[in-house]
Amino acid sequence: MGNIRTEEITLSMGPQHPATHGVLRLIVKTDGEVLHEAKSDMGYLHRGMEKVSEKVGYTGFQPYTDRIDYVCAMTCNQAYSTAVEKLAGIEVPERAEYLRVIASELNRISSHLIMIGVYSMDIGAFTPFIHGLRERETVNDLLEMLCGARLTYNYARIGGVSSDMPPNFKDKCIEFLDHFEPIVDELNRLISFNKIYIERLANIGVVSREDAVSYNLVGPNLRASGVNFDARKNLPYSVYPKLDFNVPVGKGKMGTPGDCFDRYWMRICEMLESCKIVRQALKQIPDGEIMAKVSRKIRPPAGEVYTRCESSRGDIGFYIVSDGSDKPYRLKIRTGSFSAMSIIEKMAPGMMIADLVSFFSSLDIVAPEVDR
Amino acid sequence: MTYNMIKEKFTYLEEVRPEKGDGWFVVPSDKIVEVCKKLRDEFGFDCLSSLTGVDRGDHIEVVYHLHAYQKNESVVLKVSTASVVTTVSTVWASANWMEREVFDLFGVKFEGHPDLRRIMLPEDWVGHPLKKDYKEEAEYQGMTTTR
Repeated sequence: MGNIRTEEITLSMGPQHPATHGVLRLIVKTDGEVLHEAKSDMGYLHRGMEKVSEKVGYTGFQPYTDRIDYVCAMTCNQAYSTAVEKLAGIEVPERAEYLRVIASELNRISSHLIMIGVYSMDIGAFTPFIHGLRERETVNDLLEMLCGARLTYNYARIGGVSSDMPPNFKDKCIEFLDHFEPIVDELNRLISFNKIYIERLANIGVVSREDAVSYNLVGPNLRASGVNFDARKNLPYSVYPKLDFNVPVGKGKMGTPGDCFDRYWMRICEMLESCKIVRQALKQIPDGEIMAKVSRKIRPPAGEVYTRCESSRGDIGFYIVSDGSDKPYRLKIRTGSFSAMSIIEKMAPGMMIADLVSFFSSLDIVAPEVDR
Repeated sequence: MTYNMIKEKFTYLEEVRPEKGDGWFVVPSDKIVEVCKKLRDEFGFDCLSSLTGVDRGDHIEVVYHLHAYQKNESVVLKVSTASVVTTVSTVWASANWMEREVFDLFGVKFEGHPDLRRIMLPEDWVGHPLKKDYKEEAEYQGMTTTR
Protein backbone atom coordinates (compact mmCIF):
# COMPACT_ATOMS: atom_id res chain seq x y z
CA MET A 1 0.00 0.00 0.00
CA GLY A 2 2.92 2.29 0.66
CA ASN A 3 3.77 3.10 -2.92
CA ILE A 4 0.47 4.32 -4.35
CA ARG A 5 1.27 7.20 -6.63
CA THR A 6 -0.90 10.24 -6.10
CA GLU A 7 -1.19 13.20 -8.40
CA GLU A 8 -2.33 16.76 -8.04
CA ILE A 9 -5.34 17.61 -10.14
CA THR A 10 -6.83 20.97 -10.97
CA LEU A 11 -10.59 21.29 -10.67
CA SER A 12 -12.95 24.11 -11.41
CA MET A 13 -15.67 24.71 -8.83
CA GLY A 14 -18.20 26.92 -10.52
CA PRO A 15 -19.13 29.29 -12.12
CA GLN A 16 -22.29 27.22 -11.69
CA HIS A 17 -21.74 25.17 -8.60
CA PRO A 18 -24.35 24.52 -5.92
CA ALA A 19 -21.99 25.56 -3.15
CA THR A 20 -20.83 28.84 -4.64
CA HIS A 21 -24.08 30.73 -4.03
CA GLY A 22 -24.14 32.56 -7.29
CA VAL A 23 -21.81 32.92 -10.17
CA LEU A 24 -18.36 32.53 -8.68
CA ARG A 25 -15.55 30.21 -9.57
CA LEU A 26 -12.90 28.58 -7.46
CA ILE A 27 -9.96 26.94 -9.19
CA VAL A 28 -8.80 24.29 -6.77
CA LYS A 29 -5.73 22.11 -6.86
CA THR A 30 -6.24 18.95 -4.89
CA ASP A 31 -4.50 15.74 -4.05
CA GLY A 32 -7.38 13.41 -3.41
CA GLU A 33 -9.59 15.14 -0.92
CA VAL A 34 -6.95 17.53 0.38
CA LEU A 35 -6.63 20.98 -1.12
CA HIS A 36 -3.30 22.46 -2.07
CA GLU A 37 -4.63 25.71 -3.37
CA ALA A 38 -7.90 27.48 -4.09
CA LYS A 39 -7.86 30.55 -6.27
CA SER A 40 -10.96 32.61 -6.82
CA ASP A 41 -12.04 33.82 -10.20
CA MET A 42 -14.78 36.40 -10.11
CA GLY A 43 -16.27 39.28 -12.01
CA TYR A 44 -19.04 37.26 -13.62
CA LEU A 45 -21.55 39.66 -12.08
CA HIS A 46 -19.54 42.84 -12.50
CA ARG A 47 -22.02 45.44 -13.68
CA GLY A 48 -19.82 48.45 -13.28
CA MET A 49 -22.09 50.01 -10.68
CA GLU A 50 -19.52 52.58 -9.66
CA LYS A 51 -19.30 53.83 -13.23
CA VAL A 52 -23.09 53.76 -13.54
CA SER A 53 -23.38 56.06 -10.52
CA GLU A 54 -21.29 58.69 -12.30
CA LYS A 55 -23.83 58.69 -15.12
CA VAL A 56 -27.21 58.45 -13.37
CA GLY A 57 -26.68 60.84 -10.47
CA TYR A 58 -27.51 60.62 -6.76
CA THR A 59 -31.26 60.03 -6.97
CA GLY A 60 -30.99 57.76 -9.98
CA PHE A 61 -28.51 55.49 -8.25
CA GLN A 62 -30.85 54.63 -5.39
CA PRO A 63 -32.51 51.59 -7.05
CA TYR A 64 -29.10 50.23 -8.03
CA THR A 65 -28.21 49.88 -4.36
CA ASP A 66 -30.85 47.13 -4.12
CA ARG A 67 -28.79 45.11 -6.56
CA ILE A 68 -25.55 45.31 -4.61
CA ASP A 69 -26.70 42.70 -2.14
CA TYR A 70 -30.13 41.45 -3.10
CA VAL A 71 -30.43 39.26 -0.01
CA CYS A 72 -30.26 42.27 2.28
CA ALA A 73 -31.23 45.20 0.07
CA MET A 74 -32.72 47.32 2.87
CA THR A 75 -29.38 47.84 4.59
CA CYS A 76 -27.76 48.80 1.28
CA ASN A 77 -30.55 51.33 0.65
CA GLN A 78 -30.03 52.71 4.12
CA ALA A 79 -26.25 52.81 3.87
CA TYR A 80 -26.33 54.68 0.57
CA SER A 81 -28.92 57.20 1.71
CA THR A 82 -27.02 57.76 4.95
CA ALA A 83 -23.84 58.47 2.99
CA VAL A 84 -25.47 60.98 0.65
CA GLU A 85 -27.34 62.67 3.51
CA LYS A 86 -24.09 63.07 5.41
CA LEU A 87 -22.42 64.57 2.35
CA ALA A 88 -25.31 66.91 1.56
CA GLY A 89 -26.14 67.74 5.18
CA ILE A 90 -29.75 66.55 4.99
CA GLU A 91 -31.65 66.08 8.26
CA VAL A 92 -33.85 63.00 8.14
CA PRO A 93 -37.15 63.03 10.08
CA GLU A 94 -37.01 60.74 13.10
CA ARG A 95 -39.98 58.66 12.01
CA ALA A 96 -38.20 57.85 8.76
CA GLU A 97 -35.09 56.76 10.66
CA TYR A 98 -37.16 54.42 12.80
CA LEU A 99 -38.88 52.99 9.74
CA ARG A 100 -35.49 52.39 8.16
CA VAL A 101 -34.25 50.61 11.25
CA ILE A 102 -37.35 48.42 11.42
CA ALA A 103 -37.06 47.53 7.74
CA SER A 104 -33.31 46.90 7.94
CA GLU A 105 -33.55 44.68 10.99
CA LEU A 106 -36.40 42.66 9.49
CA ASN A 107 -34.29 42.25 6.39
CA ARG A 108 -31.33 41.21 8.51
CA ILE A 109 -33.48 38.43 9.99
CA SER A 110 -34.51 37.19 6.55
CA SER A 111 -30.94 37.42 5.27
CA HIS A 112 -29.60 35.38 8.19
CA LEU A 113 -32.40 32.86 7.67
CA ILE A 114 -31.17 32.38 4.12
CA MET A 115 -27.62 31.99 5.36
CA ILE A 116 -28.61 29.38 7.90
CA GLY A 117 -30.81 27.50 5.43
CA VAL A 118 -28.29 27.54 2.62
CA TYR A 119 -25.48 26.57 4.96
CA SER A 120 -27.43 23.50 6.08
CA MET A 121 -28.16 22.63 2.49
CA ASP A 122 -24.48 22.85 1.53
CA ILE A 123 -23.68 20.48 4.34
CA GLY A 124 -26.31 18.05 3.16
CA ALA A 125 -29.45 18.82 5.14
CA PHE A 126 -32.26 20.05 2.93
CA THR A 127 -35.09 20.46 5.44
CA PRO A 128 -33.71 23.48 7.37
CA PHE A 129 -33.58 25.44 4.13
CA ILE A 130 -37.34 25.08 3.75
CA HIS A 131 -37.82 26.07 7.39
CA GLY A 132 -35.75 29.18 6.79
CA LEU A 133 -37.59 30.13 3.63
CA ARG A 134 -40.96 29.60 5.32
CA GLU A 135 -40.17 32.22 7.96
CA ARG A 136 -38.61 34.50 5.36
CA GLU A 137 -41.90 34.54 3.47
CA THR A 138 -43.55 36.30 6.40
CA VAL A 139 -40.75 38.85 6.55
CA ASN A 140 -41.18 39.44 2.83
CA ASP A 141 -44.91 39.95 3.41
CA LEU A 142 -44.10 42.58 6.03
CA LEU A 143 -41.61 44.37 3.80
CA GLU A 144 -44.12 44.21 0.96
CA MET A 145 -46.59 46.00 3.22
CA LEU A 146 -44.03 48.77 3.67
CA CYS A 147 -42.94 49.32 0.11
CA GLY A 148 -44.72 46.97 -2.28
CA ALA A 149 -41.65 44.92 -3.18
CA ARG A 150 -40.40 41.61 -1.86
CA LEU A 151 -36.76 41.62 -2.93
CA THR A 152 -35.53 44.90 -4.37
CA TYR A 153 -37.19 47.40 -2.11
CA ASN A 154 -35.85 50.84 -2.95
CA TYR A 155 -37.43 51.83 0.37
CA ALA A 156 -34.94 54.16 2.02
CA ARG A 157 -34.61 57.26 -0.13
CA ILE A 158 -32.30 60.21 0.22
CA GLY A 159 -34.03 62.27 2.90
CA GLY A 160 -36.37 59.62 4.26
CA VAL A 161 -38.37 56.59 3.14
CA SER A 162 -40.72 56.04 0.20
CA SER A 163 -43.91 55.41 2.18
CA ASP A 164 -45.24 55.27 5.71
CA MET A 165 -46.19 52.00 7.35
CA PRO A 166 -49.83 50.96 6.85
CA PRO A 167 -52.10 50.97 9.95
CA ASN A 168 -52.05 47.20 10.53
CA PHE A 169 -48.28 46.87 10.08
CA LYS A 170 -47.44 47.18 13.76
CA ASP A 171 -49.76 44.34 14.80
CA LYS A 172 -48.64 42.08 11.96
CA CYS A 173 -45.02 42.75 12.82
CA ILE A 174 -45.45 41.95 16.51
CA GLU A 175 -47.43 38.86 15.56
CA PHE A 176 -44.47 37.72 13.46
CA LEU A 177 -41.94 38.41 16.23
CA ASP A 178 -44.03 36.50 18.77
CA HIS A 179 -44.15 33.61 16.36
CA PHE A 180 -40.52 33.83 15.26
CA GLU A 181 -38.61 34.00 18.53
CA PRO A 182 -39.63 30.45 19.55
CA ILE A 183 -38.79 29.31 16.01
CA VAL A 184 -35.14 30.18 16.63
CA ASP A 185 -35.28 27.70 19.46
CA GLU A 186 -36.73 25.15 17.08
CA LEU A 187 -33.93 25.82 14.58
CA ASN A 188 -31.43 25.29 17.36
CA ARG A 189 -32.93 21.93 18.23
CA LEU A 190 -33.18 20.96 14.58
CA ILE A 191 -29.71 21.94 13.39
CA SER A 192 -27.50 24.05 15.67
CA PHE A 193 -27.07 21.36 18.31
CA ASN A 194 -27.30 18.43 15.94
CA LYS A 195 -24.23 16.22 16.37
CA ILE A 196 -23.53 15.89 12.65
CA TYR A 197 -23.89 19.65 12.19
CA ILE A 198 -21.47 20.40 15.02
CA GLU A 199 -18.96 17.89 13.64
CA ARG A 200 -19.04 19.61 10.28
CA LEU A 201 -18.67 23.13 11.69
CA ALA A 202 -16.75 23.15 14.93
CA ASN A 203 -12.97 23.61 14.67
CA ILE A 204 -13.22 23.95 10.87
CA GLY A 205 -11.77 26.99 9.13
CA VAL A 206 -10.50 28.75 12.23
CA VAL A 207 -9.77 32.38 11.39
CA SER A 208 -7.53 34.03 13.95
CA ARG A 209 -8.22 37.53 15.21
CA GLU A 210 -5.12 38.85 13.42
CA ASP A 211 -6.10 37.33 10.08
CA ALA A 212 -9.67 38.52 10.40
CA VAL A 213 -8.52 42.10 10.91
CA SER A 214 -5.73 41.98 8.35
CA TYR A 215 -8.00 40.52 5.67
CA ASN A 216 -10.58 43.14 6.56
CA LEU A 217 -13.36 40.72 7.46
CA VAL A 218 -16.39 42.60 8.72
CA GLY A 219 -19.62 42.04 10.54
CA PRO A 220 -20.48 38.59 11.92
CA ASN A 221 -17.35 37.08 10.34
CA LEU A 222 -15.14 39.54 12.18
CA ARG A 223 -17.03 39.25 15.46
CA ALA A 224 -16.83 35.44 15.31
CA SER A 225 -13.05 35.86 15.49
CA GLY A 226 -13.37 37.79 18.72
CA VAL A 227 -13.37 41.43 17.63
CA ASN A 228 -16.15 43.32 19.33
CA PHE A 229 -17.02 45.76 16.58
CA ASP A 230 -20.41 46.60 15.19
CA ALA A 231 -20.92 49.74 13.12
CA ARG A 232 -24.32 50.22 14.77
CA LYS A 233 -22.59 50.52 18.17
CA ASN A 234 -19.09 51.76 17.38
CA LEU A 235 -19.80 54.17 14.54
CA PRO A 236 -23.35 55.10 15.55
CA TYR A 237 -25.78 56.23 12.87
CA SER A 238 -29.53 56.55 12.51
CA VAL A 239 -31.41 55.93 15.80
CA TYR A 240 -29.34 52.94 16.91
CA PRO A 241 -27.92 54.78 19.95
CA LYS A 242 -31.48 54.96 21.31
CA LEU A 243 -31.99 51.23 21.04
CA ASP A 244 -30.74 48.63 23.45
CA PHE A 245 -29.18 45.52 21.98
CA ASN A 246 -26.16 43.27 22.47
CA VAL A 247 -23.40 42.53 20.03
CA PRO A 248 -22.61 38.81 20.05
CA VAL A 249 -18.90 37.96 19.87
CA GLY A 250 -17.39 34.56 19.07
CA LYS A 251 -16.10 32.66 22.07
CA GLY A 252 -15.73 29.18 20.63
CA LYS A 253 -19.23 27.96 21.44
CA MET A 254 -18.57 24.42 20.19
CA GLY A 255 -14.85 24.52 19.43
CA THR A 256 -12.35 27.26 18.77
CA PRO A 257 -13.16 30.97 18.55
CA GLY A 258 -13.33 31.98 14.88
CA ASP A 259 -14.37 28.56 13.54
CA CYS A 260 -17.29 27.91 11.23
CA PHE A 261 -19.61 27.20 14.11
CA ASP A 262 -18.93 30.59 15.68
CA ARG A 263 -19.66 32.34 12.40
CA TYR A 264 -22.90 30.40 12.15
CA TRP A 265 -23.76 31.05 15.78
CA MET A 266 -23.31 34.81 15.35
CA ARG A 267 -26.19 34.77 12.87
CA ILE A 268 -28.49 32.88 15.23
CA CYS A 269 -27.74 35.34 18.04
CA GLU A 270 -28.09 38.38 15.78
CA MET A 271 -31.55 37.32 14.64
CA LEU A 272 -32.74 37.46 18.24
CA GLU A 273 -31.05 40.83 18.76
CA SER A 274 -32.78 42.13 15.64
CA CYS A 275 -36.14 40.99 17.05
CA LYS A 276 -35.33 43.00 20.17
CA ILE A 277 -34.48 46.07 18.10
CA VAL A 278 -37.67 45.86 16.02
CA ARG A 279 -39.83 45.54 19.16
CA GLN A 280 -38.22 48.63 20.73
CA ALA A 281 -38.39 50.62 17.51
CA LEU A 282 -42.10 49.83 17.10
CA LYS A 283 -42.67 51.07 20.64
CA GLN A 284 -40.59 54.24 20.33
CA ILE A 285 -41.50 55.34 16.79
CA PRO A 286 -42.79 58.93 16.88
CA ASP A 287 -45.44 60.46 14.63
CA GLY A 288 -44.38 62.92 11.98
CA GLU A 289 -42.99 63.32 8.52
CA ILE A 290 -41.33 60.48 6.65
CA MET A 291 -39.45 62.60 4.14
CA ALA A 292 -37.24 65.64 4.51
CA LYS A 293 -37.63 68.51 2.08
CA VAL A 294 -35.07 67.74 -0.59
CA SER A 295 -34.86 69.18 -4.04
CA ARG A 296 -35.43 67.00 -7.07
CA LYS A 297 -31.80 67.15 -7.99
CA ILE A 298 -29.45 66.69 -5.09
CA ARG A 299 -26.25 68.71 -5.31
CA PRO A 300 -24.03 68.01 -2.31
CA PRO A 301 -21.26 70.57 -1.72
CA ALA A 302 -17.82 69.62 -3.00
CA GLY A 303 -16.12 67.24 -0.59
CA GLU A 304 -16.00 63.62 0.30
CA VAL A 305 -17.29 61.21 2.94
CA TYR A 306 -16.72 57.60 3.82
CA THR A 307 -19.54 56.03 5.80
CA ARG A 308 -19.82 52.54 7.17
CA CYS A 309 -23.19 51.02 8.02
CA GLU A 310 -23.87 47.55 9.36
CA SER A 311 -25.37 45.26 6.76
CA SER A 312 -26.03 41.60 7.42
CA ARG A 313 -22.74 40.78 5.72
CA GLY A 314 -20.82 43.26 7.80
CA ASP A 315 -20.29 46.93 7.39
CA ILE A 316 -20.90 48.24 3.93
CA GLY A 317 -18.90 51.34 3.10
CA PHE A 318 -19.79 54.10 0.70
CA TYR A 319 -17.00 56.46 -0.29
CA ILE A 320 -18.48 59.35 -2.21
CA VAL A 321 -16.57 62.24 -3.75
CA SER A 322 -18.67 65.20 -4.80
CA ASP A 323 -17.66 68.02 -7.11
CA GLY A 324 -20.79 70.01 -6.37
CA SER A 325 -22.81 68.69 -9.28
CA ASP A 326 -25.85 66.41 -9.21
CA LYS A 327 -23.77 63.34 -10.04
CA PRO A 328 -21.12 61.72 -7.86
CA TYR A 329 -17.61 62.45 -9.10
CA ARG A 330 -16.58 59.08 -7.70
CA LEU A 331 -18.52 56.52 -5.74
CA LYS A 332 -16.90 53.46 -4.26
CA ILE A 333 -18.81 50.62 -2.64
CA ARG A 334 -16.79 48.58 -0.18
CA THR A 335 -18.52 45.35 0.66
CA GLY A 336 -18.06 42.57 3.18
CA SER A 337 -18.30 39.73 0.66
CA PHE A 338 -15.35 41.06 -1.34
CA SER A 339 -12.96 40.89 1.58
CA ALA A 340 -14.45 37.61 2.79
CA MET A 341 -13.69 36.07 -0.60
CA SER A 342 -10.05 37.09 -0.37
CA ILE A 343 -9.38 35.07 2.77
CA ILE A 344 -10.24 31.78 1.03
CA GLU A 345 -6.88 31.68 -0.75
CA LYS A 346 -5.14 31.94 2.58
CA MET A 347 -7.29 29.40 4.44
CA ALA A 348 -7.76 26.71 1.79
CA PRO A 349 -4.38 24.92 1.67
CA GLY A 350 -4.58 21.75 3.75
CA MET A 351 -8.37 21.74 3.98
CA MET A 352 -10.59 18.91 2.75
CA ILE A 353 -12.85 19.77 -0.21
CA ALA A 354 -15.94 19.19 1.94
CA ASP A 355 -14.55 21.56 4.57
CA LEU A 356 -13.95 24.21 1.94
CA VAL A 357 -17.67 24.06 1.14
CA SER A 358 -18.43 24.45 4.83
CA PHE A 359 -15.94 27.29 5.21
CA PHE A 360 -17.19 29.09 2.13
CA SER A 361 -20.78 28.91 3.32
CA SER A 362 -19.89 30.13 6.79
CA LEU A 363 -18.57 33.38 5.29
CA ASP A 364 -22.03 34.04 3.83
CA ILE A 365 -20.83 35.44 0.52
CA VAL A 366 -23.29 36.94 -1.93
CA ALA A 367 -21.86 37.03 -5.45
CA PRO A 368 -23.23 40.38 -6.73
CA GLU A 369 -21.81 42.03 -3.64
CA VAL A 370 -18.35 40.73 -4.52
CA ASP A 371 -18.46 41.93 -8.12
CA ARG A 372 -20.72 44.97 -7.92
CA MET B 1 -5.65 63.17 19.78
CA THR B 2 -4.17 60.54 17.50
CA TYR B 3 -4.48 63.03 14.67
CA ASN B 4 -2.09 65.45 16.34
CA MET B 5 0.30 62.67 17.23
CA ILE B 6 0.39 61.60 13.60
CA LYS B 7 1.11 65.19 12.54
CA GLU B 8 4.00 65.43 14.99
CA LYS B 9 5.45 62.10 14.03
CA PHE B 10 5.30 62.52 10.26
CA THR B 11 6.32 66.09 9.54
CA TYR B 12 6.21 65.54 5.78
CA LEU B 13 2.47 64.80 5.74
CA GLU B 14 0.29 67.55 4.39
CA GLU B 15 -2.99 67.84 6.22
CA VAL B 16 -6.16 68.79 4.34
CA ARG B 17 -9.24 69.71 6.37
CA PRO B 18 -12.10 70.88 4.19
CA GLU B 19 -15.03 72.71 5.79
CA LYS B 20 -17.41 69.94 4.84
CA GLY B 21 -16.82 66.20 4.85
CA ASP B 22 -13.81 64.10 5.81
CA GLY B 23 -10.24 65.37 6.03
CA TRP B 24 -7.13 63.52 4.92
CA PHE B 25 -3.34 63.45 4.85
CA VAL B 26 -1.43 63.70 1.60
CA VAL B 27 1.48 61.27 1.64
CA PRO B 28 4.49 61.60 -0.71
CA SER B 29 4.31 58.54 -2.95
CA ASP B 30 7.75 57.24 -1.95
CA LYS B 31 6.80 57.29 1.74
CA ILE B 32 3.50 55.40 1.68
CA VAL B 33 4.79 52.01 2.86
CA GLU B 34 6.83 53.58 5.66
CA VAL B 35 3.85 55.63 6.84
CA CYS B 36 1.45 52.68 6.68
CA LYS B 37 3.81 50.36 8.56
CA LYS B 38 4.29 52.89 11.35
CA LEU B 39 0.59 53.67 11.54
CA ARG B 40 -0.12 49.98 11.92
CA ASP B 41 2.62 49.16 14.42
CA GLU B 42 2.81 52.33 16.48
CA PHE B 43 -0.68 53.80 16.20
CA GLY B 44 -2.73 50.60 16.07
CA PHE B 45 -4.31 51.06 12.64
CA ASP B 46 -4.66 47.33 12.16
CA CYS B 47 -7.33 47.45 9.45
CA LEU B 48 -7.25 48.84 5.94
CA SER B 49 -10.96 49.35 5.51
CA SER B 50 -10.89 50.58 1.95
CA LEU B 51 -8.36 51.30 -0.76
CA THR B 52 -9.53 52.92 -3.94
CA GLY B 53 -8.72 55.43 -6.62
CA VAL B 54 -10.11 58.71 -7.90
CA ASP B 55 -9.30 59.97 -11.39
CA ARG B 56 -8.41 63.66 -11.17
CA GLY B 57 -7.68 64.13 -14.85
CA ASP B 58 -3.93 64.69 -14.88
CA HIS B 59 -3.25 62.30 -12.01
CA ILE B 60 -4.87 59.51 -10.03
CA GLU B 61 -5.40 59.73 -6.32
CA VAL B 62 -5.09 56.49 -4.40
CA VAL B 63 -7.18 56.76 -1.23
CA TYR B 64 -6.56 54.66 1.88
CA HIS B 65 -9.14 54.42 4.68
CA LEU B 66 -7.50 53.07 7.81
CA HIS B 67 -9.25 51.96 10.96
CA ALA B 68 -7.96 51.10 14.43
CA TYR B 69 -10.27 48.64 16.16
CA GLN B 70 -8.82 49.10 19.67
CA LYS B 71 -9.17 52.88 19.68
CA ASN B 72 -12.07 52.98 17.21
CA GLU B 73 -10.40 55.73 15.20
CA SER B 74 -10.05 56.28 11.49
CA VAL B 75 -7.61 58.13 9.29
CA VAL B 76 -7.57 58.82 5.57
CA LEU B 77 -4.39 58.88 3.48
CA LYS B 78 -4.02 59.97 -0.12
CA VAL B 79 -1.24 59.48 -2.63
CA SER B 80 -1.16 61.29 -5.95
CA THR B 81 0.33 59.32 -8.78
CA ALA B 82 0.75 59.34 -12.50
CA SER B 83 0.65 55.55 -12.69
CA VAL B 84 2.86 53.75 -10.15
CA VAL B 85 2.58 53.33 -6.35
CA THR B 86 4.36 50.91 -4.04
CA THR B 87 2.10 48.15 -2.78
CA VAL B 88 0.91 48.07 0.83
CA SER B 89 -0.12 44.42 0.57
CA THR B 90 2.91 43.70 2.74
CA VAL B 91 1.29 45.73 5.52
CA TRP B 92 -2.34 44.58 5.30
CA ALA B 93 -3.39 41.38 3.55
CA SER B 94 -6.64 42.99 2.43
CA ALA B 95 -4.71 45.43 0.22
CA ASN B 96 -3.86 42.60 -2.18
CA TRP B 97 -7.28 42.38 -3.79
CA MET B 98 -8.19 46.04 -3.39
CA GLU B 99 -5.02 47.02 -5.25
CA ARG B 100 -5.89 44.53 -7.97
CA GLU B 101 -9.24 46.26 -8.29
CA VAL B 102 -7.63 49.69 -8.58
CA PHE B 103 -5.20 48.27 -11.16
CA ASP B 104 -8.09 46.76 -13.10
CA LEU B 105 -10.36 49.78 -13.11
CA PHE B 106 -7.85 52.65 -13.05
CA GLY B 107 -4.69 51.16 -14.48
CA VAL B 108 -2.53 52.10 -11.50
CA LYS B 109 0.47 49.78 -11.19
CA PHE B 110 1.39 48.66 -7.69
CA GLU B 111 5.11 48.04 -7.42
CA GLY B 112 6.01 44.86 -5.56
CA HIS B 113 2.48 43.43 -5.70
CA PRO B 114 2.61 39.61 -5.63
CA ASP B 115 -0.19 38.97 -8.12
CA LEU B 116 -1.16 42.06 -10.09
CA ARG B 117 -3.86 40.83 -12.49
CA ARG B 118 -7.28 42.08 -13.48
CA ILE B 119 -9.89 41.03 -10.94
CA MET B 120 -13.31 42.20 -12.16
CA LEU B 121 -12.86 42.31 -15.92
CA PRO B 122 -11.62 39.60 -18.28
CA GLU B 123 -7.88 39.44 -18.96
CA ASP B 124 -8.32 40.60 -22.55
CA TRP B 125 -10.39 43.69 -21.74
CA VAL B 126 -9.11 46.92 -23.25
CA GLY B 127 -8.80 50.00 -21.07
CA HIS B 128 -9.64 50.92 -17.49
CA PRO B 129 -13.35 51.80 -17.18
CA LEU B 130 -13.29 54.06 -14.12
CA LYS B 131 -10.96 56.53 -15.76
CA LYS B 132 -12.78 59.65 -16.84
CA ASP B 133 -11.42 59.48 -20.40
CA TYR B 134 -12.44 55.83 -20.86
CA LYS B 135 -14.09 55.12 -24.17
CA GLU B 136 -16.16 51.98 -24.32
CA GLU B 137 -15.28 49.65 -27.18
CA ALA B 138 -18.18 49.04 -29.56
CA GLU B 139 -17.89 45.31 -29.09
CA TYR B 140 -16.19 42.69 -26.96
CA GLN B 141 -15.35 39.36 -28.65
CA GLY B 142 -17.97 39.89 -31.31
CA MET B 143 -20.70 40.89 -28.84
CA THR B 144 -22.04 44.40 -28.99
CA THR B 145 -21.67 46.47 -25.84
CA THR B 146 -24.66 48.67 -26.60
CA ARG B 147 -28.28 47.88 -27.31
